[in-house]
Amino acid sequence: MILVWLMVILFAGGIGAALAESRGAEHPRAVALTAILIDLFLVILMLVAPDSLGLGTASTVAQLGQHGDWLVLLKAEWIPRFGVSFIFGVDGLSLMLVALTVFLGLMALGSAWGEVKERTGFFYFNLLWTLAGVIGVFTALDLFLFFFFWEVMLIPMYFIIAIWGHENKHYAAMKFFIFTQVSGLLMLLAILMLVYFHYSTTNVLTFNYFQLLGTKLPANVATWVMLGFFVAFATKLPAVPFHNWLPDAHSQAPTAGSVILAGVLLKTGAYGLLRFTVPLFPDESMAFAPVAMTMGVVSILYTAMVAFAQSDIKRLIAYTSVSHMGFVLVGIYAWNAQAVQGAVMTMLAHGFSAAALFMLAGGLQHRIHTRDMDKMGGFWGVAPKLAFMALFFTIAAVGMPGLGNFIGEFLVLLGSFKVNILLTGFATMGVVVAAVYSLIVIQKVFHGKNKNNYTMADLSAVEFICYALLMIGLVWMGMYPQTMLNMAQPSLQSLGVAFPG
Amino acid sequence: MLIDLLQIILLTVTTVAVMVVTGFRRDHGLINALTQTGLCAALLVFAVIRPVTPLQVTPLLIIDEYSLFFSCLIIIGAIAVTAMAYPYFEKHHQHNEEFYLLVLCGTLGGVVMAASNHFVSFFIGMEMMGISLYALIAYTVHAQKPAKFPLEAAVKYLIMSGLASAVMLFGMALIYAMVGTFEFPLLAAATGGLDTSLHPIMLVGYLMIIVGVAFKLSLVPFHMWTPDVYEGAPLPVTAFLATISKAGMVAVAMRLLLAAQAFSFGQITVVLSLLAAASMIFGNLLAVMQSNVKRLFAYSSIAHLGYLLVVVIAAAAVPELLSVESMSFYIAAYFFMSIAGFAVLSALSNAGKEMDSITDFQGLFWRNPWLATVMIVVLLSLAGIPLTAGFIGKFYIFTTGVEGQLWFLLTVLIIGSSIGLYYYLRLIYTMLQEPHNNLVNDPAALKLPIGLNVVMAAMTVAIIYLGVYPTAFIKTLQSLASTL
Repeated sequence: MILVWLMVILFAGGIGAALAESRGAEHPRAVALTAILIDLFLVILMLVAPDSLGLGTASTVAQLGQHGDWLVLLKAEWIPRFGVSFIFGVDGLSLMLVALTVFLGLMALGSAWGEVKERTGFFYFNLLWTLAGVIGVFTALDLFLFFFFWEVMLIPMYFIIAIWGHENKHYAAMKFFIFTQVSGLLMLLAILMLVYFHYSTTNVLTFNYFQLLGTKLPANVATWVMLGFFVAFATKLPAVPFHNWLPDAHSQAPTAGSVILAGVLLKTGAYGLLRFTVPLFPDESMAFAPVAMTMGVVSILYTAMVAFAQSDIKRLIAYTSVSHMGFVLVGIYAWNAQAVQGAVMTMLAHGFSAAALFMLAGGLQHRIHTRDMDKMGGFWGVAPKLAFMALFFTIAAVGMPGLGNFIGEFLVLLGSFKVNILLTGFATMGVVVAAVYSLIVIQKVFHGKNKNNYTMADLSAVEFICYALLMIGLVWMGMYPQTMLNMAQPSLQSLGVAFPG
Repeated sequence: MLIDLLQIILLTVTTVAVMVVTGFRRDHGLINALTQTGLCAALLVFAVIRPVTPLQVTPLLIIDEYSLFFSCLIIIGAIAVTAMAYPYFEKHHQHNEEFYLLVLCGTLGGVVMAASNHFVSFFIGMEMMGISLYALIAYTVHAQKPAKFPLEAAVKYLIMSGLASAVMLFGMALIYAMVGTFEFPLLAAATGGLDTSLHPIMLVGYLMIIVGVAFKLSLVPFHMWTPDVYEGAPLPVTAFLATISKAGMVAVAMRLLLAAQAFSFGQITVVLSLLAAASMIFGNLLAVMQSNVKRLFAYSSIAHLGYLLVVVIAAAAVPELLSVESMSFYIAAYFFMSIAGFAVLSALSNAGKEMDSITDFQGLFWRNPWLATVMIVVLLSLAGIPLTAGFIGKFYIFTTGVEGQLWFLLTVLIIGSSIGLYYYLRLIYTMLQEPHNNLVNDPAALKLPIGLNVVMAAMTVAIIYLGVYPTAFIKTLQSLASTL
C-alpha cells in the first residue's frame, strides 16, 4: 500500500494546496511542503529500512532484488472487461527513480518558494499532481495503468507552462502537449496491438506486464509495435529528431517546471525504454540497436553544437539536456552491464545537475528579468555564491571525475565500446564539445565586465540549502557510485541485461 | 405490453398536458416545471420497464435494453435542455411555453427512433424530431433582438433535412420493392443470408439510406449545414441538436445495419469507411479555423461521429457484441460531454446575447473557476485524456479497431485526434489567460440557476466516474449488447 500512499498524499496535498489559497497566498506552499516531506520520509524509509514497513523479508531493497523479488505492493482489479488491473511495484531501479522524483519535487518547491506569487494554490496543485503522475509511471506494472499515468503527468505540466510560463508560453505549452500526446497515442496503439496478439495466441486478455513479457508477435508486426513504444519514449527522452518540443518547453516553463521537466520527466522516457521497449521486444530491439545508438550519438553531437550557438541561457541548458540524454540512449541500446548501469547513473546524475542548472538559470532570470547571456557578464563579483554554484554544477555536467555524471558517461562509453567502436568514438567527442559549451556559459555570465551594471541579491538561505543538497548527491554518486549500482543491478538483471560473473 | 410503452406514453401525456396548460395559463416557470416533472417520470420508469424486456410491441417498436439505454440517454438530454432553457429565455424572450412543447415532441421522436424496428416507425420518429427542430431552431426569430440568425439556420436545416428525408424514403422504397417487407428482422433473410452478393437495387437502397443517415449525423461530405445551424440556433436548441437528434439516429441506424447484416457486403463497409475517414480529417481540420465556440463544437461533433463510425465499421470484422458495446459507450460519453459543454455556454448566455466567441472565454478560469473547470473537463474528455470518459471511449475505439484490424482508419484516427488536441487546448489556454481589464457586466459573475448547476455537476461527475471506474457501466453495456 505504501506506493499508493505516496501518490495519494500528493494528490490530496494538491487538492489541499488549491483549497488553502483562500486563506492566503502563503498557505498553499506550506501544504505542498508538508505533502512532499511526508513522501520523502516514506521514500527514505523504503530505501533504508524496508523491514519496518513490512515490505519483505530481506534486509535491504538491493538484496530483495537479488532474489528476483519485486516489491509488488498492490494488485487489484480495475476494469476486468479488458483485463486491466492496478499493479504497482518497485524494484531497485524504480525505487531510485521514485526517490529522485520526490527529492527533485522538493527542489522544485524550493525554487518556486520565492518566485511564484500569483495563483499559488493552483500552481502547487499542478506541481504535486505532476509528481504523483510521475511516481505512477515509475511504479505501474500494467500497461494500461502505465499509459494512464503517462498522460496524467502531462496535463498539470501543461498548466504549469501555460499559466506561469514566460513570454512565449502558449506556443511552448501547446507544442509540449501535442508532441507527447501524439507519440502517446502511437504507444497506446502499440500496447493494444501487443495485447491483442497476446490475446489471439493465448486467449488471455490482459495488460499485465509480467504476462505480456515474452509474447511472440508475427515478425513483421513486432517491429512496428516496438517502434510505437520507441517513438513515444524517444520523444519524451528526447532524442533527435523528436527533440523539437524540448527547448521551447524548458525555456518557457517557470523554474520549478523546468526542474521537474529536465530532472524527472525526461527520465520517464529512458525508464520506458529500459522497462518496456527492450524487455518486451528483445530481438527487434537488438536489431534496431544500431539505429537507436546512431540517434543517440547524433543527439549528443548535434544538440551540443546547437547549444553552443544559443544566447538564451535556459535554451542552452535545455539543449545540453538532450545531449546528455543521448548518452542514456546509447547506453540502453548497447545493452550490456556497464553501458546500462552507466545509463542509469547518467539518468540520476543528470537529474541532479540539470535541475541545479535550471534553478540557477531561473534564479538569474528572476533577479535580472532576462535570459539573454549577451546582456550578462561579471556576475562573479556581484553574486559570488551563486557563481560558485554555477561553476560547480557546470563542471559536474561536463563530466568532471569525482562527480556523478562522470561515472555515468564513462560507464556508457566503456560498455558501448564493446558493441560499436565507431559510434563510441563519435560519442566520446560529445564530452569535448560539452566542455566548450559549458565553459562559454561561465565565461559569458560570470567573467568579463558587468556591462549593464546589474546588481542582485546573492543566494538566499532556501536556495543555498537546495544547492547544497544537490551537491552532496552528486559527490556521493561520483565518489561511491556502488550504492546506486548495487541497487540497480538486480533489476537490470531481471530485465535481461547480462552481468558477468 | 403497456408497461413497455410507459416511457412513450408518459412523454405523450406530458406533451398534451403542456399544450392544454399553456392554453389556459401562460406561465414560463409552471410549464418548465411540468415538462421537467414529466421527463423525470419518463426517465425513472425505466426501472419498471427493464424487467419485462425484451418485447416486440406491434411490428413497429421493440423495447429491449438497447432501446431503453438510448431512450434514457435521450430523456436525460431533454432534461438538461429544459434546465438550460429556463434561464436562457426567462426575462429575455416572450412566449416561451411552446418551446417545451416542441422539445417534448422532438424527444418523443428520438425515443421512437431508439425503439423502432421497422422502416415506418424509423421514419415517423425521424420526422417528429425533424419537424420539431425546424421550429425550435427558428424559435427566437420574433425576439426584439435575437442572439443570432435563427431564421437562416432554420431554413437551411429545413431544406437539407427535407432533402435527406426524401433520399432516405426513396431508399426504403427501393428496399421494399425488392424484399417486400419493412421489418428490420426480415431484411437479412430476404437478402439471402451471407454468401450471396447484394442485388444492385438493394445496394442503391442501402446507400440512399446511409446518405440520409449521414446527413442527419452530419458526416463529411454531408456536413455543410452543421456549423451554420449550430451557430444560428438558440443555445438550448443547439444542445438538443448535438445530443438528442444524434443519439436517436445512431441507435436506429446501428440496429438497421446489424439486422440487415449489411456489414457482410464489402461495398457498404467501404462507403462507411470513406465517410468515417473524411469526417475525422475534415471535421478536425475545419474546427481548427473556428473562432466561434458553437461552430467549433459543430466541427468537433463531425469528427467525433467519424470516430464513432469506426467502431460501427468494425462490426464487419469483430464480434457484434463488442462493436455495439463500444458504440454505446462512446455515444454515452459523447452525450455527457456535449451536454456539459453546452450547459457552460448556456450559463453564460441568454436569448438576447450569446457568449460564444472564443474571446468571450478569455480568463474564464479566474472569472468563474467552477464554469471553467467543467469546461476544461469537457474539453479534456473530448480530446481523450485519461481520467475522463472520453479516454475510455477512445480506448474502446482503439481496442475495437485493433481487433478488427482497421489499420487505415486507426491511422486516420490518430491524425485526426492530434489535430483535435490543438483546438481543444487553444480553448483551454484562452480560459487560463488573464481576463480582459475592462469587463463590464461579466455574465460569468452572475449567480447560476440551480437547475443548470445540477446538470453541470451531474455531467462532470459522470464524465470523471466513467473515466476512473467504468467497470459497472461496462457490465450494463455488455448486457444490453447481448440483447440485440
